[in-house]
Amino acid sequence: MARLDTREKLGILADAAKYDASCASSGSSKRDSRDGKGVGSTEGMGICHAYAPDGRCISLLKILLTNSCIFDCHYCINRKSSNVRRARFTVEEVVQLTLNFYKRNYIEGLFLSSGIISSSNYTMEQLVEVARQLRDVHDFRGYIHLKTIPDADPELIHQAGLYADRVSINVELPTREGLTRLAPEKDEKRIETAMGRTKADIADNKDARKKYRSAPRFAPGGQSTQMIVGADDANDGAIVTRARGLYDRFGLRRVYYSAFSPIPEPSAVLPLKRPPLMREHRLYQSDWLMRFYGFKPSEVVAATDHKGMLPLDIDPKLAWALKFRDAFPVDVNRASKEELLRVPGLGTKAVGRIVSSRRFRTLRLEDVARLTVSVKKVRPFIVTADWRPTLLTDRADLKSLVVAPAAQLDLFADGGPKAA
Amino acid sequence: MAAHRVTLAGEDDFDGWRDAARGLAEAGVPASAVVWEVEGGEADLFGAGDATAAPAPTGASFSVPRDFVSLAKTVVCHRDPERFALLYAMLLKLRANKRALGDRADPLVDRLKAMEKEVRRDAHKMHAFVRFREVEDDDGERFVAWFEPDNHIVRREAGFFVRRFTNMRWSILTPELCIHWDGETLTQSPGATRADAPDGDPVEETWKTYYKSIFNPARVKVKAMTAEMPRKYWKNMPETAAIGELIAGAQAREAAMIEKSRSVPAAPKAPPPSNREAAWAALRDEAMGCTRCDLHCNATQTVFGEGPLDAKILFVGEQPGDAEDLAGRPFVGPAGQLFDEALAEAGIERASTYVTNAVKHFKFVLRGKRRIHQSPGAGEIQACNWWLGQERDLVRPPLTVTLGASAARAVFGKAVTIASLRGQPRLLADGSEAHVTVHPSYLLRLPDKDARRIEHALFVEDLRRVRERAEELTA
Repeated sequence: MARLDTREKLGILADAAKYDASCASSGSSKRDSRDGKGVGSTEGMGICHAYAPDGRCISLLKILLTNSCIFDCHYCINRKSSNVRRARFTVEEVVQLTLNFYKRNYIEGLFLSSGIISSSNYTMEQLVEVARQLRDVHDFRGYIHLKTIPDADPELIHQAGLYADRVSINVELPTREGLTRLAPEKDEKRIETAMGRTKADIADNKDARKKYRSAPRFAPGGQSTQMIVGADDANDGAIVTRARGLYDRFGLRRVYYSAFSPIPEPSAVLPLKRPPLMREHRLYQSDWLMRFYGFKPSEVVAATDHKGMLPLDIDPKLAWALKFRDAFPVDVNRASKEELLRVPGLGTKAVGRIVSSRRFRTLRLEDVARLTVSVKKVRPFIVTADWRPTLLTDRADLKSLVVAPAAQLDLFADGGPKAA
Repeated sequence: MAAHRVTLAGEDDFDGWRDAARGLAEAGVPASAVVWEVEGGEADLFGAGDATAAPAPTGASFSVPRDFVSLAKTVVCHRDPERFALLYAMLLKLRANKRALGDRADPLVDRLKAMEKEVRRDAHKMHAFVRFREVEDDDGERFVAWFEPDNHIVRREAGFFVRRFTNMRWSILTPELCIHWDGETLTQSPGATRADAPDGDPVEETWKTYYKSIFNPARVKVKAMTAEMPRKYWKNMPETAAIGELIAGAQAREAAMIEKSRSVPAAPKAPPPSNREAAWAALRDEAMGCTRCDLHCNATQTVFGEGPLDAKILFVGEQPGDAEDLAGRPFVGPAGQLFDEALAEAGIERASTYVTNAVKHFKFVLRGKRRIHQSPGAGEIQACNWWLGQERDLVRPPLTVTLGASAARAVFGKAVTIASLRGQPRLLADGSEAHVTVHPSYLLRLPDKDARRIEHALFVEDLRRVRERAEELTA
């Protein structure tokens, strides 16, 4: 086979990395290069330097070091038994690409992952070496996200955390059965042990920095993980509960959901259909409900239907409100912040504005209209000085009043494998 | 009424506005009596000729909330010519009530906050969408970008680029103002045109390759893209040249992937699934995660039965071997090949039968690199009977053929000797018949060639009897 040049390799190895949803470059420590020799800064807020037509942002150079892999996970395009073209970057190539892109302001930094070659430790060493060269040799101060390999030596993972802003390990699938079936070489226990260790490392480091300001930072952007949605048959209730468990147990910054999308060279075990994008969206919304709106996982689960799935046509907060109508209407002039956060159509910002404005005036419906995105959606659930929904909240057809009729058509409804 | 006229030094002249506003506020001038303009800018249409200059601040300063200072510094950069007047009106409001900024329902506060948000967004997009191109000059590499912001934010955002690219030499050219960094100091020059900026960079091709490759054609969401990256920015971003082609090709690429998946051999063309098929598929899926005994710990995967669900004959083997464990299908290893040959000799088409195993996971011991088969224990057979029982319930074969002792044990629920039952069909509880014969791997293990030939013939004879019986039953 002819030798590939860097650009051809980039084509293959970026293509192989695109199924990882995470692209965040936020939440790290503030730093810049005024006192350094290289380039780069992180100022807290992430920056999306471009958007692809799939609606995802491009913030980091997201690539694999190699897409050769000794594992055979069915959902993965790079699995051993797949026919994709293989390529491998040298450490030097990744470093140069990152710097060249960064200097032209194309990216915030690097998100490096890899297929497993020869052994977990060897692969992890290579990943760490890229980060080390960027930081030590080139004094790169941009963002680095390293995917760690659960089976690798804990010492190597620790080193990764010292160079990277964020480290992550994918739990891949929401249930143990799914993992056993679709990723036979991966093991839930090992993944969770590694996540637990990283959590401890981060906590230790926080502690150390309180005592010694010079202590080196360890993964200041925290750790995250990713779950594939729609490759196995775990329902939304199970996914949400699992995600909350992960947040609680491992102090994760984010759990990413990735709708399983058909891949070239697929495995026959998998559902061959369009990725469940709407479902992914609803899961993210429920994730937000738990993180910013004070919902408990059990409350999100209560909003699911008899199969444990969140409704696709309305958002989970509205679904919850329609089910638990005794909590409404809420008086915007008197209700607590927590109660206001439960009103469908009021986001955290709108609630903040309401709480701040009502110190100055008694809010009327027109005031609320100025503070929110859509007063029409909010109206049935609130009471203002001049508005009371009277019987509206109790109407059986309330849903049709707040939801615009819409249907997402399945382009492939005719031929997809049924029930198989 | 005589209006006051204030002329500011530049579009983003916050200090000038602050000094003038302070003097005017102290003098108690109402907002409607002030005309704000920028030096060299268009004259205010209503600017009456009899306007007087703004009174100078007396020095007896008054304080405003810190929030307002940061709001004003940002809003001053907005493109709206009314911004200075609006800020002054807000300042007067704050003098009357220090907390007025918290009243988000007030239309003036609302408007200023909206303007602040627009400037912030514009600044954020500038951080994101400026694209440097490298040029060589006498001192080495230098980076130049051309950018068109909506608001007067260039001076305000220079700091961001200085902090990030301290050790590079760069210039950002815009229609209104250009800024240059030589590694130590920031200088300014008047506005430029796009022609003043370099028109290419070799790294751009690599970047475009990345942009094309990171795009997932199975999830096109153009609206989500344009919401965050509006078209007005596209002309200065090299990668956006590929967008049209990517969207146009996406549907075809995705359809091709799905089409290709359908032609994968292990997903045979199925007739529309009946209840029975759906139940079987669900059962198999469930079995894939089976942990009913410890064998799942070491085996690669569950090897479930396969074949038509209306099969007349159901073969039960012992357990998957090394090859089956990896392939995930029963009887595909050496014993499977022998089984296929014997079936062919007996005139049975394997595709018309249902083939499964008494135990669905591979049991083995490691010897060096090889995985040596071990017979399943009674407990494992018992545990796995859960699946076999349901398979038989779904297929309801008139004839069940057990291959070997483990299979017979699973079907009859107790240990039996093959020799004593061979050739004598037994009636099972559900009214169907069970035939007993040896396992094909038994033939493989016979060391003596002659013995093997004899046993092979007996095995084929057993199978032939099964075929005849099946034909009798269907006739």
